[in-house]
Amino acid sequence: MSDSDTIAAISTSLGNSGINIVRISGDDTFGIIGKIFKRGKSKSDFNIEDIDSHTIHYGYIEYNGNCVDEVMVSVFKKPNSYTRDDVAEINCHGGSFIAKKILEIILKLGGRLAEPGEFSKRAFLSGRIDLSQAEAVMNLISSKSEYSLKSSMSQMRGDLSAKIKDIRDRLLHDVAYIESALDDPEHYDLTGYNSELEVDIRQCLCVIDKLIDSFSYGRVIKEGIDTVIVGKPNAGKSSLMNNFLNEDRAIVTEIPGTTRDVIEYTVNIGDININLIDTAGIHETEDKIEKIGIEKTLKYLSEAQLILYVIDVSESLTERDIELYKRISSIPHIVLLNKIDREISKDFDSSLFEGSVCIYYSTFNKTGYSELINSIKNMFLNNEIDIENEIYITSMRHFELLRKAKESLTNVLNEIDNDLSEDMLTIDIMDTYEYLGMIIGETVDEDLFDRIFSEFCTGK
Amino acid sequence: MFFNEFDKNFSKTNVIDVTGSIDKVNIDFNIEDNLKNNNESNEIVESIDSIENIESNYITEYFDAVIVGAGHAGCEAALACARLGLKTIMFTVSVDSIALMPCNPNIGGTSKGHLVREIDALGGEMGINIDKTFIQSKMLNRSKGPAVHSLRAQADKDGYSSEMRKVLENTDNLIIKQAEVTEFLVSEGVIKGVRTYSNAVYFSKVVVMCTGVYLKAKCIYGNIFNYTGPNGLSAANFLSKSLIDNGIEIRRFKTGTPARIDKRSIDFSKMEEQKGDEDITPFSFTNKPSDIEREQESCWLTYTNENTHDIIRENINRSPLYSGVIEGTGPRYCPSIEDKVMRFSDKERHQVFIEPEGNYTNEMYVGGMSSSLPEDVQYKMYRSVPGLENAVIVRNAYAIEYDCINPLELKPSLELKKIKGLYSAGQINGSSGYEEAAAQGLIAGINAARSFYGKEPVIIDRSQGYIGVLIDDLVTKGTNEPYRMMTSRAEYRLLLRQDNADLRLTPLGYEIGLISEDRYNNYVEKYRRVDEEINRIEHTNVSPSESVNGLLRKLKSKEITTGVTLADLVRRPELSYESLEIIDKKRKPLSSDIIFQINNAVKYKGYIERQNRQVNQFKKLENKLIPDNIDYMSVGSLRTEAIQKLEAVRPVSLGQASRISGVTPADISVLLVYLTNMSGKNI
Repeated sequence: MSDSDTIAAISTSLGNSGINIVRISGDDTFGIIGKIFKRGKSKSDFNIEDIDSHTIHYGYIEYNGNCVDEVMVSVFKKPNSYTRDDVAEINCHGGSFIAKKILEIILKLGGRLAEPGEFSKRAFLSGRIDLSQAEAVMNLISSKSEYSLKSSMSQMRGDLSAKIKDIRDRLLHDVAYIESALDDPEHYDLTGYNSELEVDIRQCLCVIDKLIDSFSYGRVIKEGIDTVIVGKPNAGKSSLMNNFLNEDRAIVTEIPGTTRDVIEYTVNIGDININLIDTAGIHETEDKIEKIGIEKTLKYLSEAQLILYVIDVSESLTERDIELYKRISSIPHIVLLNKIDREISKDFDSSLFEGSVCIYYSTFNKTGYSELINSIKNMFLNNEIDIENEIYITSMRHFELLRKAKESLTNVLNEIDNDLSEDMLTIDIMDTYEYLGMIIGETVDEDLFDRIFSEFCTGK
Repeated sequence: MFFNEFDKNFSKTNVIDVTGSIDKVNIDFNIEDNLKNNNESNEIVESIDSIENIESNYITEYFDAVIVGAGHAGCEAALACARLGLKTIMFTVSVDSIALMPCNPNIGGTSKGHLVREIDALGGEMGINIDKTFIQSKMLNRSKGPAVHSLRAQADKDGYSSEMRKVLENTDNLIIKQAEVTEFLVSEGVIKGVRTYSNAVYFSKVVVMCTGVYLKAKCIYGNIFNYTGPNGLSAANFLSKSLIDNGIEIRRFKTGTPARIDKRSIDFSKMEEQKGDEDITPFSFTNKPSDIEREQESCWLTYTNENTHDIIRENINRSPLYSGVIEGTGPRYCPSIEDKVMRFSDKERHQVFIEPEGNYTNEMYVGGMSSSLPEDVQYKMYRSVPGLENAVIVRNAYAIEYDCINPLELKPSLELKKIKGLYSAGQINGSSGYEEAAAQGLIAGINAARSFYGKEPVIIDRSQGYIGVLIDDLVTKGTNEPYRMMTSRAEYRLLLRQDNADLRLTPLGYEIGLISEDRYNNYVEKYRRVDEEINRIEHTNVSPSESVNGLLRKLKSKEITTGVTLADLVRRPELSYESLEIIDKKRKPLSSDIIFQINNAVKYKGYIERQNRQVNQFKKLENKLIPDNIDYMSVGSLRTEAIQKLEAVRPVSLGQASRISGVTPADISVLLVYLTNMSGKNI
């Protein structure tokens, strides 16, 4: 609710735009940008003092040593911005994947996910928007909150909320016991309670961890599988791409500028989407510029959720094929033994791919296409996650709250480790309780006292 | 100067001596006399016409402040008003019941101890009075974090009462009057004074209502009812109607107390002795431990057993709680023994504390066994407890029902929203406990005095003190049972420690005028030393010498390999400021309370900073005030539920609004935009 803490959100609608904009506003805006933005091809540091307001800068978003995207960052220094705070807008590549990734990083570095309508609210409160628009801003906040709550609730399956309720219930019981003992030390004794508490906290953390991990799977359902096609030149990558595009309705997100940039195609294959990330034209030649393309492919490899490795069976395997295979073998992948419409090379040895899903395929007549689709579905819907029984989260807001809940519970474990007294532990446990409550739309209110009074017998 | 004027007035009046018919001339004379001496009376007399049945009254002299009740709230309110210069009269149904402790014989305890320290830091009386009269002192939760250390003292009940009475009787500007107030005189939503049972009318500018549990009080055990307050004191049976007539919502609450048993009939050999602390901490910041040293009395611990529980279960149909005779809502945190047995049936035993009621009485309080069972069952029940086999009951346990107001009727200043100038404090507001009452009494008294002088009310917020949490909870959330303070109700618990109540509130007490210049200077000096010493140890480096590592080994702490600061070492859980004395050559002697502050500030620095950041956020909303006359219906985009809740509480700030259950963050955002728009248009 603060006026100057740093908020962030994706301010373009996700899905089919060519560019997405992640907007940040608040005191720490340039601090965060400074940590993740490298300027220009030389990737020099971003130092806000050297930069004028209302300028736009080319460069890269990097985090933990990985390059996330090639971006343009607009800088607006306060008070000459929409919100009159320090504001930056990161123009990143389209499709949902990259923008979300950047937003996630900003939140990890201390940004807060903006509340619905919050940028407009700030703009209004700072006098940036005309007073006559107050009504509109109020409507915006209230309708957007309503919508966001509803959509957030509808995203949430009953079993997710049951799981969250279960954790909250355990945590509240622990706090109620501790508080009863602190309130009435002559009735309740806390000796040895920390070890009991530690077990509880670890179990809750385990569940929260699973939910956090499920975020990427949850996103698969909602946002599609980020898929990269690899293979040596002329193996049939582009033809495979065309197979998808001809067969199914695809949204093509083409990034203007250099042809060597990424193109993301979203293809619907029934229950799920596939985001085909085409690192256009990278493979055909080996000149210098193309090397940049290859590096880029390798980068995408590390972030891909699925790799389609195209092998030309009419030729024998080369050293490079084997090396590439080694690189991808730790990532979920499917090996497409392509060109079976031709004669299979005598030297071709498929035993190298044992243990991988292999499909005999022909980009020429689409033999194996339906098998490929089924394999993808099997991998992501049946084998990896069980859509009926497993709980997964899909909302960024939920993910963010779970992450905070995890952080607080981890604090508790450290505090137990450091022998801190119980009254300090409850601060972090109650924070967790609150974060989890925000996921299922419940507040703290009188919960604790109700619990203390109903479960623990105290008094004169 | 004021006192002289008051003294003159006082000596001229002769209203107390009225017997039989009232001399009309005499009264008129009084009014004229007052008019000459006090401009305040002008307004009051002008409004007389608006007060009905004026013929049947007689009018006494004018007072600046009327305090109704002389319990723990009334005492603090009366002292605050009088000390701030108001000509004050305090009414009580019995002068012998001033500062009476009709239930437990102790002051303080978890979170309540915090309240007493805060009352003291602001210049109230409770802390000083219990320091004079305690017979056992204990710091609870000493092994826990400093935020939950709580001071509790067993009181000599009679001593507590008479010492407080002595203070009141010797306070300038204050007189005590034994009379039952029966009516609040209100004209057009403004308090004009009170009427007593004898039809005496006391005009005044401000009134503080501290009636405790006396409104339509009804004591109950078994099927026996006494329509009295505690200890057979007469109930106040008229004021409820006066409140209802003024549109105030009245509720019926219930509480209870255990029996008192003759010490000579108790076998203490079957109980565990509970001694007081050897090194005692005073409640009042004006006292040093050495000022209040004395011989301490012991309490005793015993337990109920299955036999006790059987007796209760067999007779539960005779309990007025279970037969439905009692209508009032009792507190969940302080259940009667029959409640405990019925609700927590899996517990094999409950603790029973036998506590002395004072130095000069054999009565012992049976803590943990409050009850409203019939007298014969009480005998069986108490006598089933080890050590109480031959117990002689001096006073029966009983439940008491009483009228109180819905605290949502109150502003955060404790003034009634519907009656300007009428303030309310203590159990009448739906709270429970001596300390909660005293805290409200002090604030109500201070704000009554400030309104008399035309000053803004003092509102202690949730980040400044438990007093703030208490009052904010009452006036924002209301309560459905007698409200008791708990440390877990304070979200900034680590900042609101009992040890730093002076740091938090003494400057405010000084500003209000209840803290003397001397005391304020002492406070400033104390914290100057604290800051200076913290600064010194934060900047004193310790090298990994053998003497340092030798000490660390001895204290089972990890040896150091590079230079660290003294503060770094103090921060280690197993070390403290005191334990490092040998290696800290430049240390000057400091008092124990200063060392305590240093340890806390250094050890919990990270947590304190974190809570401070939360407080900064909190203050932002707290400082966004909502105008009195806001019409929530005209705020577009607010949800209907939010409008209803906001209407019911009519919060003074966005912060208060945000704590109303059912008001969402989005509603607060909408309100914020609306308010900004309003103020923009005003410019």
